[in-house]
Amino acid sequence: MYDNPLTKRTAVTHEVKISARGVNVFYGENRAIKDVDVDIEDKTVTAFIGPSGCGKSTFLRCLNRMNDTIDICSVKGLITLDGEDIYAPSIDPVQLRAKVGMVFQKPNPFPKSIYDNVGYGPKIHGMAQSRADLDEIVERALRRAALWEEVKDRLSSPGTGLSGGQQQRLCIARAVATEPEVLLMDEPCSALDPIATAQVEELIDELREQYSVVIVTHSMQQAARVSQKTAFFHLGHLVEFGETGQIFTNPHDPRTESYITGRIG
Amino acid sequence: MTSLAFSLLFALAIAGYVWNLMAARSIRQSGARMHSLSGFHGMYSFLLAVVPVMVLILVWQVLKGPVIDRMVLGGLPPGTLDGVNAGAVQLILSEIKSLAGGRTFGTPEDWKIEAAERLVGLRQTAAYSLVGLVAVVAGGLVLFARLRVGAEFRARHRVERIVSGLMIFCASVAIFVTLGIAGSLMFETYRFFERVPLTEFLFGLNWEPQIPLREDQIAAEGAFGWIPVFLGTIVITVVALFIAIPVGLLSGIYLNEFAPRRMRAVAKPILEILAGVPTVVYGFFAILTVAPAIRSAGAALGIDIAPNTALAAGSVMGIMLIPFISSFADDALSAVPQALRDGALGLGATRAEMMTTVLFPAAIPGIVGGILLAVSRAIGETMIVVMAAGLIAKMTINPLDSVTTVTVQIVTLLIGDTSFDNPKTLAAFALGMMLFLVTLVINVFALRIVRKYREAYD
Ligand SMILES: Nc1ncnc2c1ncn2[C@@H]1O[C@H](COP(=O)(O)OP(=O)(O)O)[C@@H](O)[C@H]1O
Ligand SMILES: [Mg+2]
Repeated sequence: MYDNPLTKRTAVTHEVKISARGVNVFYGENRAIKDVDVDIEDKTVTAFIGPSGCGKSTFLRCLNRMNDTIDICSVKGLITLDGEDIYAPSIDPVQLRAKVGMVFQKPNPFPKSIYDNVGYGPKIHGMAQSRADLDEIVERALRRAALWEEVKDRLSSPGTGLSGGQQQRLCIARAVATEPEVLLMDEPCSALDPIATAQVEELIDELREQYSVVIVTHSMQQAARVSQKTAFFHLGHLVEFGETGQIFTNPHDPRTESYITGRIG
Repeated sequence: MTSLAFSLLFALAIAGYVWNLMAARSIRQSGARMHSLSGFHGMYSFLLAVVPVMVLILVWQVLKGPVIDRMVLGGLPPGTLDGVNAGAVQLILSEIKSLAGGRTFGTPEDWKIEAAERLVGLRQTAAYSLVGLVAVVAGGLVLFARLRVGAEFRARHRVERIVSGLMIFCASVAIFVTLGIAGSLMFETYRFFERVPLTEFLFGLNWEPQIPLREDQIAAEGAFGWIPVFLGTIVITVVALFIAIPVGLLSGIYLNEFAPRRMRAVAKPILEILAGVPTVVYGFFAILTVAPAIRSAGAALGIDIAPNTALAAGSVMGIMLIPFISSFADDALSAVPQALRDGALGLGATRAEMMTTVLFPAAIPGIVGGILLAVSRAIGETMIVVMAAGLIAKMTINPLDSVTTVTVQIVTLLIGDTSFDNPKTLAAFALGMMLFLVTLVINVFALRIVRKYREAYD
């Protein structure tokens, strides 16, 4: 993908996976997200960029209802996954989070073995009928996260003993093990060194074949490298959303242009 | 006179402060670039005078008494103390001291009066020389400090060094006091084991610490086997933990993760109040409420239950330990990083699943540490068991029976008329020593566990 110039990227449109309409998020009195409309496509990497504190994480956490765990946070507006309102009373947020997986900024493996880390989601969701099933799920997830070769001989050693980059790939394996449809990643490389970052980026590109991936990043180079669609947030507004190539080469909004060229943020 | 010495010291130190401050300011005003701010030059003088002279005064106070005693005894007419044993020498000395204090009993010998006069003189000399010494040393130090004021002088670092020296001194006071307590306990324990064999104490199954008061009295020889006493402690501790661990843990978990904020705001202070109730009040509760309740419940079932059962004392002690364990559990759970909670919730775990599969296992070392500290508190707890447990040592593990504990025995052995040279009294120290060792081992163990888990997340 690195030798594919931005302007030449072909824009293939996939069906819409997640759609948000008129979303507002409040922390108490403070409105952190203001009237955001966005359509996130399947089998596409969508990047959220924007200056620090503009609400990227907040919006991302709306998509799997992680904001429910913050007392003072309230979400208004409509967010649908495959056309179904995810804030409807009939939706169980716990089930939703198995479908919409999340990888966090800092690698956060559980203080358990590598195997148990990856097997955690499948176990609590009853996805494995037997130990052999679980073995298979764990192996598949670790392979998909490009970690299998490195850890296959020490599955029972603690996940916290891996290097930072390996820990983050372990967290990705943990998230894909539950067979999600959407993968949310909140600055997944910000705690990693350049080599580990490159590995994770490569991985994200591969994950696109099966999932809809949403990645928050503070690095515009990263957004340009891995994403097909880019959303630019500023002060809680979604300022501009479009093809990554178009956003980076020909932004319509002056704010986007200033950010891209390094004048704000 | 000592207060005069102290006032003098502080006056000199403050004068030194001002003197150095002025000197430093004038250097600064003359345009030189000073290494340290003027205030540090002042502080340097103050601390340089106060810290060493304070130590000097303390050492002086400690050594003064024995030295003067020596001098008084040494000045007695030759031959007076020949063939007199140590106890009698102490008696003579205290008689001289009371004479010196102006209290005369009967008609003392001339040499005693003379010695008392010499004692008064020595004390006076000592006091004057202390004041003189303080004046000279503190004055010298202030002068020395003043001479060092200069643009290059690193008063800021010197002040830090003196302050850290002071902190080391305070820390070592705490350590030496602990060592001193352990040492005196060991000494008395040693005296006990001179009279009662160690094996009898450690392995004996009988505890009857009665000994004949008079030579001709026909009484039991007394038996000093600590096992039944310690067994009683263990029974009560186990009962206490049976109550405290489940209730404490569950309430800690609830408060940490499940309680709404308003509930937490109410419940936490209430638990803290529970932790602040004096143990003597728990004792009342045990004898006035719990014990009769257990007795009448037993009567209803047709069982005859002793008024001071291990169950009553232990369950009340368990209530005492609830806030201890719950706050430890709360802290241990709070120490688990938010990232782990998010990780589990983000994978679709419910709160309860997150608690049982991630938070609780991660917090177990801290919780176990807390429980061990609670155990050592239960073992050392005195007031509740003095009020609510029995006095007679029994080899039983039945919580409906009356048992006694190590702490109760220590109290009963030491109250009343005691002389400190018979095995009955000394046995208290041996028990205290064992208690000290047991809780020490548990605490060391607990602290190691707690420390280990702290490291895991930093
Ligand atoms: N837990 C929270 N409680 C209150 N305010 C929050 C919380 N999290 C984020 N915010 C506020 O919401 C705004 C957006 O934050 P965030 O979504 O973290 O921005 P970004 O991820 O783009 O840096 C910020 O102004 C921040 O102060
Ligand atoms: Mg963020």
